[in-house]
Amino acid sequence: MTERTIAVVTAGLTTPSSTRLLADRLSAAVRDQLDGRGTAYRVEVIELRELAHDLTNNLLTGFPSRELGKVLETVVAADGLIAVTPTFSASYNGLFKMFFDVLDDQALAGKPVLIAATGGTERHSLVLDFALRPLFSYLKAVVLPTGVYAASSDWGAGATKLHGRIDRAAAELVDAMSNERRAPVDPYANPTPFEDLLNS
Amino acid sequence: MQFGVFTVGDVTKDPVSGRTLTEGERIQQMVTVALKAEEVGLDVFATGEHHNPPFVPSSPTTLLGFIAAKTSKILLSTSTTLITTNDPVKIAEDYAMLQHLADGRVDLMMGRGNTGPVYPWFGQDIRNGIQLAVENYALLRRLWREDVVSWEGKFRTPLEGFTSTPRPLDGVPPFVWHGSIRSPEIAEQAAYYGDGFFHNNIFWPADHTARLIQHYRSRFEHYGHGAADQAIVGLGGQVFMRKNSQDARAEYRPYFDHSPIYGGGPSMEDTMEQTPLAVGSPQEIIDRTMTFREKFGDYQRQLFIADHAGLPVKTVLEQLDILGEEVIPVLRKEFDALRPAHVPEAPTHESLKAAADRGRALETVSPEVVGLEGTR
Repeated sequence: MTERTIAVVTAGLTTPSSTRLLADRLSAAVRDQLDGRGTAYRVEVIELRELAHDLTNNLLTGFPSRELGKVLETVVAADGLIAVTPTFSASYNGLFKMFFDVLDDQALAGKPVLIAATGGTERHSLVLDFALRPLFSYLKAVVLPTGVYAASSDWGAGATKLHGRIDRAAAELVDAMSNERRAPVDPYANPTPFEDLLNS
Repeated sequence: MQFGVFTVGDVTKDPVSGRTLTEGERIQQMVTVALKAEEVGLDVFATGEHHNPPFVPSSPTTLLGFIAAKTSKILLSTSTTLITTNDPVKIAEDYAMLQHLADGRVDLMMGRGNTGPVYPWFGQDIRNGIQLAVENYALLRRLWREDVVSWEGKFRTPLEGFTSTPRPLDGVPPFVWHGSIRSPEIAEQAAYYGDGFFHNNIFWPADHTARLIQHYRSRFEHYGHGAADQAIVGLGGQVFMRKNSQDARAEYRPYFDHSPIYGGGPSMEDTMEQTPLAVGSPQEIIDRTMTFREKFGDYQRQLFIADHAGLPVKTVLEQLDILGEEVIPVLRKEFDALRPAHVPEAPTHESLKAAADRGRALETVSPEVVGLEGTR
């Protein structure tokens, strides 16, 4: 099997952050799965905090800086995406949304996406299904059935249950990545002949 | 190679003096800039078309007609003419009229417009932008080329036995450029007809611009109008010059920082690195403009944005003096020396008329192919 690439987008604002911690646990579980299946892979972690200025600039100028452009290409080319955000005001944070606002709206079409979020208490856990899932559905991603939410308490006595969710989500991502995706459409590669535009 | 200036006609507060021109003052300023452009030896003056504040040029042919009466050499153009929301019949009439009054010193650049509400204000839907551009322009071409037109389409009321008057000067329609910054369909349209393609690259990285221009060039060849390097390409440019680079940057910085386009985004230095913005000495501006040729191939028209962001008219006129005296003579010489003989100049009324006469004499070649043989 050819090498698989997994992009991990994490929108934590502090260093270290529990959002990054969750992202690392998720990517470790995905690595274990791929190792178990003998699949070669590469994991690219994208800390949005480091791109905060470039994201704002992209929104204002309409094009990415060279560095952000490379990151966006990484996500476009990835076979699977792990997207992790802290919960802010009942939703993903602004940094997380900015990244998916500047990403081409066709970039995630058909791509398996594992959604995950962190928060202070488990009362916010539906953020996965009320905020993240609709966002990625709009972007035509294949959002995996299992999303992973980690509250502060999950890093203590609740950790066993968190492990279970992480492993289940990782297995779903690896299964979904084995399906072939259609390559993104390049508008320059097959131009619509002008006669067709005239007659449509 | 044609050099010129274009204006968007924005009324923007001068961030240094704190003063905002009245609409009347701004309109007079646009005229002053156009007259100065002719005086310093530029080839083209182009005006935008807008239908919302803070922009004043809603009626381009009124402005260009007035300028035509006060000038004798400069070519008058648009940047852009809204092919989506204007009635193509009115475009055909207005610009043929202007062509007669300006003695052929007219061409047009078609654009779709990027202000969402203009579409509904003019009874259209922005989602039909490409289709409007395609259908309206197809009708416009017929109105200029056929004396009697019967036509039915999707967006405009049908025409039966309609003659657009006046007929184009000498039976030669104005040359048309198509402007787009990101739509392959518009590059395709320009290529299909063998028209010019203008990329207003001033806000975009070169890689982005190069893709669309390469696409236009290869499709121009595909449609049989000539080789890819013979396609008619125009580019934007944005410059601010003083004798010393540091003086230019210090003077321009407040206008950059408060610009409706740039304000709050990347720094002036980053923007200069990422886009064609050039602020510096005349030699730096020359060097930067020469890089366009390396990135996009030999091209036919270079338009600089002149008056915008609240720059005082005195400063704008000084910029035109520097362009005319120090920058463009050098660019002309260098571009001309590098351009291979088979790469044509942009068509003008004279070259199109000569080509049409030759075409009538030969009656074998399609006028669109002949029309591209420009003269210097």
